[in-house]
Amino acid sequence: MFYREAGQFKTTYAADMAIFPLREDRIGLAVIIVCAYALVFTGNSFLLQAVMIPFLVFSLAAIGLNLLTGYTGLLSLGTGAFMGVGAYACYKLTTAFPGLNIIICILASGLFSAAIGVLFGLPSLRIKGFYLAVATLAAQFFLQWCFIRVPWLVNYNVSGAIEAPLRTLFGVPIVGATATPETRYLVVLTLVIGLTWVASNIVHGRIGRAWMAVRDMDIAAELIGIRLLRTKLLAFAVSSYYCGVAGALLVFLWYGGAEYDVFNINQSFFILFMVIIGGLGSLIGSFMGAALIFILPIILGMVMPAILSPFGIGITAATVEHLRFMIVGALIIFFLIVEPHGLARLWQIGKQKLRVWPFPY
Amino acid sequence: MRPFENPVIPQRETLLAVENVSLAFGGVKALTDVSFDIRKGEIRAIIGPNGAGKTSMLNCINGFYHPTHGSITFKGEKRRRMRPSAAARGGIARTFQNVALFKGMSTLDNIMTGRSLKMHKGFFWQMLRYGPALKEEAGHRRVVEDIIDFLEIQHIRRTPVGKLPYGLQKRVELGRALAMEPELLLLDEPMAGMNLEEKEDMSRFILDVNQHFGTTIALIEHDMGVVMDLSDRVVVLEYGRKIADGTPQEVKRDEKVVAAYLGVAH
Repeated sequence: MFYREAGQFKTTYAADMAIFPLREDRIGLAVIIVCAYALVFTGNSFLLQAVMIPFLVFSLAAIGLNLLTGYTGLLSLGTGAFMGVGAYACYKLTTAFPGLNIIICILASGLFSAAIGVLFGLPSLRIKGFYLAVATLAAQFFLQWCFIRVPWLVNYNVSGAIEAPLRTLFGVPIVGATATPETRYLVVLTLVIGLTWVASNIVHGRIGRAWMAVRDMDIAAELIGIRLLRTKLLAFAVSSYYCGVAGALLVFLWYGGAEYDVFNINQSFFILFMVIIGGLGSLIGSFMGAALIFILPIILGMVMPAILSPFGIGITAATVEHLRFMIVGALIIFFLIVEPHGLARLWQIGKQKLRVWPFPY
Repeated sequence: MRPFENPVIPQRETLLAVENVSLAFGGVKALTDVSFDIRKGEIRAIIGPNGAGKTSMLNCINGFYHPTHGSITFKGEKRRRMRPSAAARGGIARTFQNVALFKGMSTLDNIMTGRSLKMHKGFFWQMLRYGPALKEEAGHRRVVEDIIDFLEIQHIRRTPVGKLPYGLQKRVELGRALAMEPELLLLDEPMAGMNLEEKEDMSRFILDVNQHFGTTIALIEHDMGVVMDLSDRVVVLEYGRKIADGTPQEVKRDEKVVAAYLGVAH
């Protein structure tokens, strides 16, 4: 009724294979992107700095892990470390070449992460599933050890931390203490939209199909001529690239500085939860998962006192914190029971219902 | 089912020759000294009781197993070890006894994946998609749509194959193999678990593939009626050894074959 393909005819295969073949989808996407850019004009720096920027950064990392785990079926617990590689590589690049545009530094730092990812992806030819997860755990611990023990990575800084130096784009500071949340948000948003577009192109083409073929039935994939090692390593490379860029964005456009501890195993699990709850093998699910895990607790923290205060129930900040964990935990379990395939599947079902409404099927 | 009785099989050139192939897993001898050939353009059946080594034979041909002894010559090229992906590049396609489709993907994507080897636009163009990569995709989509028309599976184009009934899954798997435009098509029990009507459909597809596309087919099948009607020549295996080889009529009369299938009075 509200959302249907009736009357939209495709006359070429290229049009039929568009990523958003339905007009409603394209309009919806355009509205979302415009709204996202319009958030800048709210001037609400809490919203931009503490909600939207981290949400986008985590979404990007979740997309990275989703390409590996959701699309290629390779379970990885090294996400945090690969993000760290991106962050440290970006720091080394921008301090070694201060004149180099920071955007180029951020995008190039992902390449270092990709290279490291390929290295730790090599065992994936022989081992799968949980065993591979343990092998990537080695990456997590080894790389984190490097961040602590190799002072060259932090330019022999005594504090052992990396700090975002002041960098400008067209004369406007976008990285460093003087950059406003608005400009940083615009940079992150643009990069995330661009990289998501690229990821969506990859997964809808030959390479994405090869990844999914390896995920669903690797023997049959090999039989139709897909080279397993090459395909898996490409997945590791692209996935780590996305994680690396997300790590660089996290330090340079959100935290402003970071220690090794930011990229610990908890970070890996955090991203993995986003991917699982959002939906394995779905790009939009990556955003939904990041929203559920990151934004929902913030909203709960603000909404709970507001709801309870009219009833005369005073609630302390500590209690809010506890309740928040409990509610988010319960919701995660609820969503996993209702739809084990994640929020993306719920979204699909919702779209289907809208399409046939008011009829049941 | 054949349009004419007693087809005259011309002496065609050999596409694939299996020479003295033996395969052992530890002490278990799956194949012992098996030799036969597959000629260009024929339908070659491999039959035998359960555990005779038929599937092992196919696995040797397309590189999943490496024979312990002997060699396989494909298109004049002799080899002992080969990766399955190399076999695919050489033009050998295969379906499995228990369907091996990509369950999370749609019918269309499954068959499109079969075109992987023929798609050459690199990573850079794939990132952009619009332009050369999409043009290439559309070109292959046309071929895939022809296969979908041929197999009469238009209505399940967008359905994830995991949700399809078994008979249709078998058909999609055949489509994926056809998308590779193989020279040699290996079918491992294409009619297992099908009812009569589905078997007739599948037989027709196999004959059409053989006659219209000129694809050489090697098939394993347990339904003797189907085997006798479809195949030009039959090789019979028992306990990993070849016990008979010839036209269906010859094989049917062979005492060893009858004994293998029906048993002998002691």
